[in-house]
Amino acid sequence: MKTYDIVIIGGGPAGLSAAVSAKKSGTDSILILERDKELGGILNQCIHNGFGLHTFKEELTGPEYAGRFIEQVQELQIEYKLHTMVMDISSDKVVTAMNSTDGLFEIRAGAVILAMGCRERSRGALNIPGYRPAGIFSAGTAQRLVNMEGYLPGRKVVILGSGDIGLIMARRMTLEGAQVQVVAELMPYSGGLKRNIVQCLDDYGIPLKLSHTVVEIRGKERVEGITLAQVDEKGRPVAGTEEEYECDTLLLSVGLIPENELSGGMGVELSRVTSGPVVNESLETNIEGVFACGNVLHVHDLVDFVSEEAAAAGRNAARYVQEAGSRKAQGTDKEAAGRTVEICAVDGVRYTVPSRINTERMEDIQTVRFRVGGVYKNCFVSVYLDEERILHRKRPVMAPGEMEEVKLKREELLRHPDLKAITVKVEEV
Amino acid sequence: MGKRELICIGCPMGCPVTVEMEGDEIVSVSGNTCPRGDAYARKEVTNPTRIVTSTVKVEGGLVEMISVKTKEDIPKDKIFDCVRALKGVTVKAPVHIGDVILADVAGTGVDVVATRNA
Ligand SMILES: Cc1cc2nc3c(=O)[nH]c(=O)nc-3n(C[C@H](O)[C@H](O)[C@H](O)COP(=O)(O)OP(=O)(O)OC[C@H]3O[C@@H](n4cnc5c(N)ncnc54)[C@H](O)[C@@H]3O)c2cc1C
Ligand code: SF4
Repeated sequence: MKTYDIVIIGGGPAGLSAAVSAKKSGTDSILILERDKELGGILNQCIHNGFGLHTFKEELTGPEYAGRFIEQVQELQIEYKLHTMVMDISSDKVVTAMNSTDGLFEIRAGAVILAMGCRERSRGALNIPGYRPAGIFSAGTAQRLVNMEGYLPGRKVVILGSGDIGLIMARRMTLEGAQVQVVAELMPYSGGLKRNIVQCLDDYGIPLKLSHTVVEIRGKERVEGITLAQVDEKGRPVAGTEEEYECDTLLLSVGLIPENELSGGMGVELSRVTSGPVVNESLETNIEGVFACGNVLHVHDLVDFVSEEAAAAGRNAARYVQEAGSRKAQGTDKEAAGRTVEICAVDGVRYTVPSRINTERMEDIQTVRFRVGGVYKNCFVSVYLDEERILHRKRPVMAPGEMEEVKLKREELLRHPDLKAITVKVEEV
Repeated sequence: MGKRELICIGCPMGCPVTVEMEGDEIVSVSGNTCPRGDAYARKEVTNPTRIVTSTVKVEGGLVEMISVKTKEDIPKDKIFDCVRALKGVTVKAPVHIGDVILADVAGTGVDVVATRNA
């Protein structure tokens, strides 16, 4: 069986950045496994600009952003296999994969980095009554059809859900000659970035109807029309508010879920909030030497943060294999203990990544990312070490659509040797 | 006196900004929380510009289509002309990121360049 120090599952921006950083941290034996015909992941179909403002200080398109990392992977001569589907990972890190040249094969990994990204929620999860006619696409599928295959899926379009991909596709299909009539959003706020609402909807006079949903789909063979209705606070349609639209296409942009079949299969503990692995300060899962980053860990809206997070995972995986080597030389086989403190996400904070921190092993400045559960205006983000508030930062606006972060200092945590819990919350005053 | 209601996209605050106009003259900008909102609103009502991204067909490559963009932002009212000018453009592989696909698109003086390799 072939052996690599680090095997990375997925060659999207997370996998690429993790690979580059692991290599730069001194680990040479790295393999990326990617099921698609090229590296770059979902970015290859995101042809619009707006990527990389944080990382490269310029606005790139998705393929250009991916291109920068692919170049680095090639320059650093990191090995990768395309057209290769990972089928299974065992809890002792044997990766089973398949492609047409090697057939089914196994690789033993010193460390595994999970970077499989996410997939879109489908209509099944949505529960719209009516037939299942042709003409209903997820926004991401439509994005692939238009941008990669040059095929316009329809001419008269209604979009359900105001996530970024739906907003981007409203503009893209308009430019390609389709008539996008309306974007309906179940929630009273949009899940997308404000700049996308302005540049993708307002620029083209496409209305955004908040607190609205699709209550009926008409047509048997092909979509012929849909009915929208307003919803009340509980998300129930309000009788008498129905409006009919004629359309041949309905795009669904109703959210993304991390792709964690493989992780679940190998016994990685998953969070009920994010559907991604529960990780510690090193982005390591409950299985020693198995790390996660990018959209497989929690859904990101900015790829820059994916790259940053993945670079940390790569560094930590490299450190893990290097330490494992020296532990073997010393004849001890367990990771150094240290003290682990849980991070509690309460009062409006839905989750944190990481969700536990080993104060010995954390970096000097540890980034903790989170999302809030509603729209908050003029509130504070607070961090408590047990009862003591160590951070109280004013935030003019926070919304579920934009990821938030706080930074924890290692020296500050070390000053609390009996620390039991770290709490991150939203406070009104 | 004319009025334009905008949403500033400078940061996630998304301030609603109102610009009062006297013909082509800006009389006042209000609603912004910081100076960036003022600058954004002035540009937006006098000379709004955007980067345009699209795709063109490629022959002899690994993929069917390559993505392209205007190298710089172009006036907003030229967006559709730009997209129309790109309809029917076909390029031959190999193509590299940054290659000019269509020079001086729609009389804007701005080139359309490739954003992926093929
Ligand atoms: C349809 C869609 C559109 C998006 N549009 C935008 C956007 O416009 N702007 C933005 O900032 N963000 C966008 N995002 C979010 C974007 O996905 C992230 O910013 C970023 O691409 C996440 O990187 P990643 O590497 O974690 O995941 P991905 O880019 O999804 O990469 C994961 C990779 O893993 C591979 N993989 C998965 N399972 C296996 C397996 N079993 N074996 C082998 N390989 C596997 C996949 O083929 C893929 O290449 C979009 C997401 C989706 C789903
Ligand atoms: S005006 Fe200032 S604070 Fe308001 S959205 Fe624009 S940049 Fe942000």
